[in-house]
Amino acid sequence: MSRQKANAEGKSPSRISAAARSLAVPLLAVVTALIIGALLIIVTDETVLAAFGRGIGSGLVQAWRIISKAYGAFFFGAFGDLYHITETLRIATPYIFAGLAVALGFQGGLFNIGAEGQYFIGGLTSVYVGYSLTGLPWFVHLPLALLAGAVGGALWAGIVGVLKAKTGAHEVINTIMMNYVAYRLAEFMLDVGGPMARPGYRPVSPEVQPSAYLPQFFPSDSTIRFNAGFFIALAFAVLVWWLLYKTTLGYEIRTVGQNPHAARYAGINVPRTIIITMALSGALAGLAAPMDILGVIHFMPNAFSSGYGFDAIALALLGNSHPLGVVLASLLFGALRSGASNMQGIAQIPIDITSILQGLIIVFIAAPAIVRAIYRIRGLEQGEELVLTRGWGQM
Amino acid sequence: MPPVLELKGITKRFPGVLANDHIDLTLHEGTVLALLGESGAGKSTLMNVLYGLYTPDEGEIAIRGERVDIAGPNDAIRLGIGMVHQHFMLVPVLTVTENVMLGMESIKHGILLDREAAAKRIRDLSARYGLDVNPDDLVGDLPVGIQQRVEIIKLLYRNADILILDEPTAVLTPQEVEGFFAVVRTLVAQGKSVIFISHKLKEVLALADTIAVLRRGKLVGAADPATATERDLASLMVGREVILTVSKEPAHPQEVILAVKELRVRGDRGEIAVDGISFEACAGEIVGVAGVQGNGQTELIEALTGLRPVMTGTVTLAGQDITNHTPRTITEVGSAHIPEDRQKDGLVLGYPISDNLVLNTYYLPPVAKGLVMQEEVIAERAERLVKEYDVRTPGIFTPAGNLSGGNQQKVIVARELSRDVKLVIASQPTRGLDVGSIEYIHSQLVRKRDEGAAVIVVSAELDEVLSLADRILVMFDGEIMGVVLADEATKEEIGLLMAGVHPGTQEAA
Repeated sequence: MSRQKANAEGKSPSRISAAARSLAVPLLAVVTALIIGALLIIVTDETVLAAFGRGIGSGLVQAWRIISKAYGAFFFGAFGDLYHITETLRIATPYIFAGLAVALGFQGGLFNIGAEGQYFIGGLTSVYVGYSLTGLPWFVHLPLALLAGAVGGALWAGIVGVLKAKTGAHEVINTIMMNYVAYRLAEFMLDVGGPMARPGYRPVSPEVQPSAYLPQFFPSDSTIRFNAGFFIALAFAVLVWWLLYKTTLGYEIRTVGQNPHAARYAGINVPRTIIITMALSGALAGLAAPMDILGVIHFMPNAFSSGYGFDAIALALLGNSHPLGVVLASLLFGALRSGASNMQGIAQIPIDITSILQGLIIVFIAAPAIVRAIYRIRGLEQGEELVLTRGWGQM
Repeated sequence: MPPVLELKGITKRFPGVLANDHIDLTLHEGTVLALLGESGAGKSTLMNVLYGLYTPDEGEIAIRGERVDIAGPNDAIRLGIGMVHQHFMLVPVLTVTENVMLGMESIKHGILLDREAAAKRIRDLSARYGLDVNPDDLVGDLPVGIQQRVEIIKLLYRNADILILDEPTAVLTPQEVEGFFAVVRTLVAQGKSVIFISHKLKEVLALADTIAVLRRGKLVGAADPATATERDLASLMVGREVILTVSKEPAHPQEVILAVKELRVRGDRGEIAVDGISFEACAGEIVGVAGVQGNGQTELIEALTGLRPVMTGTVTLAGQDITNHTPRTITEVGSAHIPEDRQKDGLVLGYPISDNLVLNTYYLPPVAKGLVMQEEVIAERAERLVKEYDVRTPGIFTPAGNLSGGNQQKVIVARELSRDVKLVIASQPTRGLDVGSIEYIHSQLVRKRDEGAAVIVVSAELDEVLSLADRILVMFDGEIMGVVLADEATKEEIGLLMAGVHPGTQEAA
């Protein structure tokens, strides 16, 4: 009562400061994770422990040396030169799509854990269109292959949406189950001798036609794998933002997400909106796969799993389910991955440390109270925070 | 002898607001102290301080002259302070005894519950205070009035001497209120002391020995119930003169707008909640629906607005059959709906006021052009409606969840009554609101009537229905017990109908 009253009576925090506080937590989560990561590197490094055995001073010097070497390699790997910057962006590309998928679901009150499965299906439909159609010009073939990925993902997620809308079956369980179906379906299709496997003894699909390739950005330098997919991903982030915040459909999605009772009262067709939200979410997840298939490797391997679909949940949380936040979070994850492989190569730091860093960042973001307590930031008022998803079994 | 309870200079601050500002209260043994105030005046904060849920920033609490620190409800109970919340804390599938024992079970042979001992104490307490509660009844089977007594027994069982009753009459029929008053009088006669929280002036005057009025966190006055009038108390509460009765001209009913025939509707548990109801509402009249909560009013309104399927029967709005049509169709035919639960159905609390004001017109021009919502139109409309309907807010982009209850309701009223509609359905339109907001919302409903709309008002407050409606339907157990004209009806007559008794027959239905 009293707090609400306080705001109603004038001391309302401005939107900007609320946004700043929304951003502060993810940023501080990253910083905190890097600090803890540094401590982990120190305690797991034998040379540092040996140096501490010789004295505190030499231990600290060695620790500093290791950390600066590791994080130096890490930051170089993320942003050091053109190759590494473009790698960061390339890795961020499917992340953006998968993150947008989960974020859109969250906005509609749906927890899409099935982005991974939708990604597989999108990969299958996209690669099929990519290798089976021949003789098309690129400006027809490429959009068709992308569309196929979107449709595949949309149908796969749409099934879950229909089940939820018609029977109330919870999307968390159904998307998890659909993930398994998708994995095994992809395995069946692509295993040696499978309907979509190339002749021979490799469990991979045939090569995609060059007319369906995503154009390389630096065609003269074949080591740079950066391609047009990144800009398509940015365009989709803008599109999703526009859809959510500027259109009637977005208003319906967000209203159902925040308060399905009020949505029904307002005359919104809640089941229909749930199906649409799920299908759109699946379409975005389905578009993540062609980014790698049409842009980088040009075929679909059997063991395609990348974990994008699950990292996407973290991305959506990290990005506060806002498209801009998802793009920023995806860039962060792209940098983390790109930096980590360099850190592993140059400084011999195990890549597990990066997984730990990612894990820590997510923990700190999922439990913002920890970060707020460490850095003493005031929490958001009621109504300021975004609804991420509703509790189990409501609606 | 020192007073049984004394609060001195209690101050409680929340970020940006002073919820309690140096409040002094004295409760003498064997008396009733009424705490009167609008919603948001600081009554709940003060009682939560007393109950140990909040720690005061300043001030002290003394019980029988001794200073005490209350760190939590357990401390409060140990000190003999008990509270009956507005929403009962009872487990319906347990018996009265089990409910009362919950949390302080009597044990025999080390591990077994001693229900007999507890039941015997409950019988003793019930007899001593005239509560008339059977310890073996299932709580779920008991009427609300008896459930309230179970709550009181829970406190007495824990040896509470100071009973805090938070809005205890909100859920009772007029007859039950009489019974409740009798219980309170017995309690104080036997030496218990009672703090009675209310915003109903009549009840406060009837029951209290002393009255303390809170406004905006401050104690603004004390009144003697022997000399004070309702008007005095109301202006103390609000801080200005208020009109207690709704001022309206006699109604001039025109053509039939809403026709309901033999309507049958199921409730959430599959029971028949509305059982063959027929009535009409005409342009230019306010039809009140009275009744104790849970007698089918909610289901009736949900069926009329398309939120709940109709089993049998028909609903016709302005000549058009809207039976089992979607809420959107019914809205578009020309109905406005102020829902019973404003936070659950009426608002998206996380949305700014501006977006809440277009909740059911967001897709129509000029708010949307095709698929694209027109932000300037929405903002311009919000600015206009906030001004026109006196919504007190820092701005149109403030989230609805940050507004007080009264202002939240004004947002809904603004949205619904600013549209050109033939039918207005207002369900509990002023529940929990302060006198100022109530006055305003009533005048808006009357204005809508005078503009030629049919208005249906459902309210559990008999006073509200009586003063606002032109014609009153009384519902009991899913049926219409009777229809009376507001000018001719007496409270007693309606009260009996609400309890399922036809006046004159004196036989329970």
